[in-house]
Amino acid sequence: MGWQWFHRLGSPRWFYEKTGPWVFWLGLAALILLAVGTLWGLGFAPVERLQGNSYRIIYIHLPLAFLSMAGYYIMAISGAIGLIWKMKLADMVMKSAAPIGAVLTFLALFTGAVWGKPTWGTWFEWRDPRIASTMLLFFLYLGVIALQASYQNQQMADRFSAILAIVGTVNIPIMYGSVYWWNSLHQGATIKFTGGTSMHPSMLYPLMVMIAGFYCFYAYALLKSVRAEVLHREYRTQWVKDLVSSNRAV
Amino acid sequence: MDFQFESFGEFLAMNGHGAYVWACFAVTFALMLYLAFAPDIRVRQFIRQQKRLERRMAAARSGELESG
Amino acid sequence: MTAVESSLPNQVKLGTAVTAVFRRDLLLAYRHRGELVNPVLFFFLVSMLIPLGVSPNPEVLALLAPGIIWVMALLATLLSMDGLFRGDFDDGSLEQLVVSPHPMYLLVLAKVVVHWLVTGLPLTLVSPLLGLWMALPPDGFVALFLSLLIGTVTLSMIGAIGAGLTVALRKGGVLISLIIIPFYTPVLLFGTVAVSNAINGLPYAGLLAILGSFMALSMGLAPLATAGAIKISING
Repeated sequence: MGWQWFHRLGSPRWFYEKTGPWVFWLGLAALILLAVGTLWGLGFAPVERLQGNSYRIIYIHLPLAFLSMAGYYIMAISGAIGLIWKMKLADMVMKSAAPIGAVLTFLALFTGAVWGKPTWGTWFEWRDPRIASTMLLFFLYLGVIALQASYQNQQMADRFSAILAIVGTVNIPIMYGSVYWWNSLHQGATIKFTGGTSMHPSMLYPLMVMIAGFYCFYAYALLKSVRAEVLHREYRTQWVKDLVSSNRAV
Repeated sequence: MDFQFESFGEFLAMNGHGAYVWACFAVTFALMLYLAFAPDIRVRQFIRQQKRLERRMAAARSGELESG
Repeated sequence: MTAVESSLPNQVKLGTAVTAVFRRDLLLAYRHRGELVNPVLFFFLVSMLIPLGVSPNPEVLALLAPGIIWVMALLATLLSMDGLFRGDFDDGSLEQLVVSPHPMYLLVLAKVVVHWLVTGLPLTLVSPLLGLWMALPPDGFVALFLSLLIGTVTLSMIGAIGAGLTVALRKGGVLISLIIIPFYTPVLLFGTVAVSNAINGLPYAGLLAILGSFMALSMGLAPLATAGAIKISING
């Protein structure tokens, strides 16, 4: 046993065959959790006293905000693994995680903006540090995607974007710290959405269901994307050729 | 735990915040559907491309046999 | 590394190698001194657009001055970045750097320090003139000069990562800006606030100290990433 699983993970074929059944169950779990969470959050959770019904956006906004950050670290860590251990699969995870993370970060910004309109009366507020720092995170994702797309040589593209993603992880705490500090100088608009721990269980439970659902969805989307990437990159190998001719790939 | 709204109309309206809430959920789920199914489209394209390539290779091979 | 070094005759010492890179780059910069003026010219030209495009009113300009001057210095540095390794990549001398037995960290550091000497330092030196142009209040000048002096080092160090990541592409220009600008924001925030604090009579020494810590951190880590990127550019 020991490290064998780690080396096996380096084999795209082993990964592809092993994770095939996971796709369905992850998708099912995400679908059920998101359906239950959405219905519960939108229809059955009580109305918030100050914000009225617009607070229900939190049931997607907060999980998206979590995932936008977690997604960056997943991308950077797999990039680092690919760079250090020359593991092909890790490179594929990094490449696949970038656009998924970028879309989820965009959605976090979008839902935040739509929530801001009825709550603060404005779509965008530079003086809120969370918005400004999420904006920066979004541009970090775009940088990795742009760098990845600009190299024809896939291996070089992977290594360069891994370096950029790793540099990003060193910078994220500094960037966030600076933006929060800078915003503290321009106090005025920052409104606490909800009192964090003081959230009533009847509102908190559906939120937790949604967070679990979004994490399942993330795993589902990433897994499918990596599997597609495996096929693309291994098209010369016999097992992919067999898979194609036997129509078992989809 | 009760349903918080008197009618389905009220559920859609959400006391005037309906447009914001529903827009958020609709856009989010639409893009999530895209993220979930974009890989499938990519795999289908890949398979079609590979099969075309296979056919062309086979055709080239049989052509060679005939002429040779 | 040491075993290899001792086994080779006529081995160049580390100190000699670093100074050689340093002097060579300085000499190259001197030979192309026409290009040296470009970032400084850009600095002035683009800043000129602000009074013309926003408002010539000295009160408005004074309010904008710290941010404008800092943003322009940042953009001028970014523009100069594409050329940092380009020539060396094309003529093969970057490859010599990679195959040399010396730690690439120091060789890259030497190159970036030269880049700062020929771009960041001139920008800092002319910034008081730009301050006059932009109606910067008198109390802001010292803070502007000092914050740029420290901050542009960090800008060069971080920018070099972008230059290393894109040197293997034929044109890296816009891509460098795309990937590097987010990393520049902390320097920009602390730099401009230091200048505005000085103008408003608030203490700013602590902010300069933070800029100094950014400088130390970037000098310690950024050349490692840059060296890694250069190695990949050369070895594929």
